[in-house]
Amino acid sequence: MSLVSIHQLHKHFGDNHVLKGIDLNVDEGQVIALIGRSGSGKSTLLRTINGLECIDAGEITVDGAKIQAGAKDMRPLRLKVGMVFQQFNLFPHLSVGENVMLAPKIVKKTDPAQAQELAEQMLAKVGLSEKFDAFPGELSGGQQQRVAIARALAMQPKVMLCDEITSALDPELVSEVLSVVKQLANEGMTLVMVTHEMRFAREVGDKLVFMHQGRVHEEGPPEALFNAPSTPELAAFIGAIDQA
Amino acid sequence: MAYEFEFAPVLEYTDLLLKGAFFTIALTAVGAVFGIGLGIIGAVCRAWRLQPFAALFAVYVELIRNTPFLVQLFFIFFGLPSLGIHIGEWEAAVLAMVINLGAYSTEIIRAGIASVPKGQLEAAASLAMNRYESFRYVVLRPALQTVWPALTSQVIIVMLGSAVCSQIATEELTFAANFIQSRNFRAFETYFITTAIYFAIAIMIRQLMLAIGKRYISGRLS
Repeated sequence: MSLVSIHQLHKHFGDNHVLKGIDLNVDEGQVIALIGRSGSGKSTLLRTINGLECIDAGEITVDGAKIQAGAKDMRPLRLKVGMVFQQFNLFPHLSVGENVMLAPKIVKKTDPAQAQELAEQMLAKVGLSEKFDAFPGELSGGQQQRVAIARALAMQPKVMLCDEITSALDPELVSEVLSVVKQLANEGMTLVMVTHEMRFAREVGDKLVFMHQGRVHEEGPPEALFNAPSTPELAAFIGAIDQA
Repeated sequence: MAYEFEFAPVLEYTDLLLKGAFFTIALTAVGAVFGIGLGIIGAVCRAWRLQPFAALFAVYVELIRNTPFLVQLFFIFFGLPSLGIHIGEWEAAVLAMVINLGAYSTEIIRAGIASVPKGQLEAAASLAMNRYESFRYVVLRPALQTVWPALTSQVIIVMLGSAVCSQIATEELTFAANFIQSRNFRAFETYFITTAIYFAIAIMIRQLMLAIGKRYISGRLS
């Protein structure tokens, strides 16, 4: 059974039908790269997986936690799903350590000493142990994003969602973030990522999902899809990227 | 014009002035604590559209912001007894200040809450925090930090406005000044010194609010 199972998912923004019956399964330890043109629905799909966008029809199941249309309580889902955002979204008034410890302490009621130990472990994992007492404003974009990853990991999620996590970074800072994600993938973390880093998607992804006009247009192993796209839309998309 | 300035007849009443200043500060302190507290509750009700409280706060805010403080004070002190609610001048003064500051700070803090980027709320939600937790730990401090200078100014405005409480015989600074000048007929000197004391209190409040903001609200470099 898949860790994440999405069945006939529909989502509208007003009259705009953004997701038109998505079916997608993610197995434990799998790395999924969602690609597609802007407006194809990939970010919206990602955001439905932890309930940041409510759904109009269909269902999402993550490790037994199920969400259907009209669901109000997203907490069971969010306890299993971590998310890293394009703009980092660290809490600016809290130190790096406090950012990482906050949710374990108040949501999971982890005792402070344990939460601190956990935060230290997670910051070590992203190579930022020495920044425990620093504030987000004192860090580079790449460092902030690594803290955001540590913050999400501290909740010990079953699956991590990454929404264009390198898009807001200067080019020289991209690799430090990608290497952390790669390390997570190697450790067996289940990842669903929206990315424009095609080389990275190809290298780390187990499955590539190409979205087009609110549908999963094509999916499969990255190498196969890149080398022999079976739809003209994916071929055109890959062509456009190659030219860029 | 050969007016001779004489401050000695005013300084004879130093203890009365100090007592008045103390009561002005006390009124302001109580008014600020409860007024800002009321403002936080009002701002949350309005920002989260918690009905019927949001609607009640909307009416309350408009009512208070569009009527004079003196009339609000008279309404509480002279009007409420007609309904059988009798309260003393101190209670009336404190209540009027809390209600007045509560209305203004509701709007100020609401602006602060609105200024917190949506991404912060999404980050909190993605960490499985509920609405209360994300408000308490993620929104409140940055919101207050943004509007702290405006809140500080409002507290000072309310402190200065407390002068009208002398009209219901609350023995604060202006009441003391009126009393003193009615005895020594040294209006210029009396109000000159009173003005200086108000000015000093205002500066003191500003510095105190700045210190509170730095100590409890601001994060480093944020």
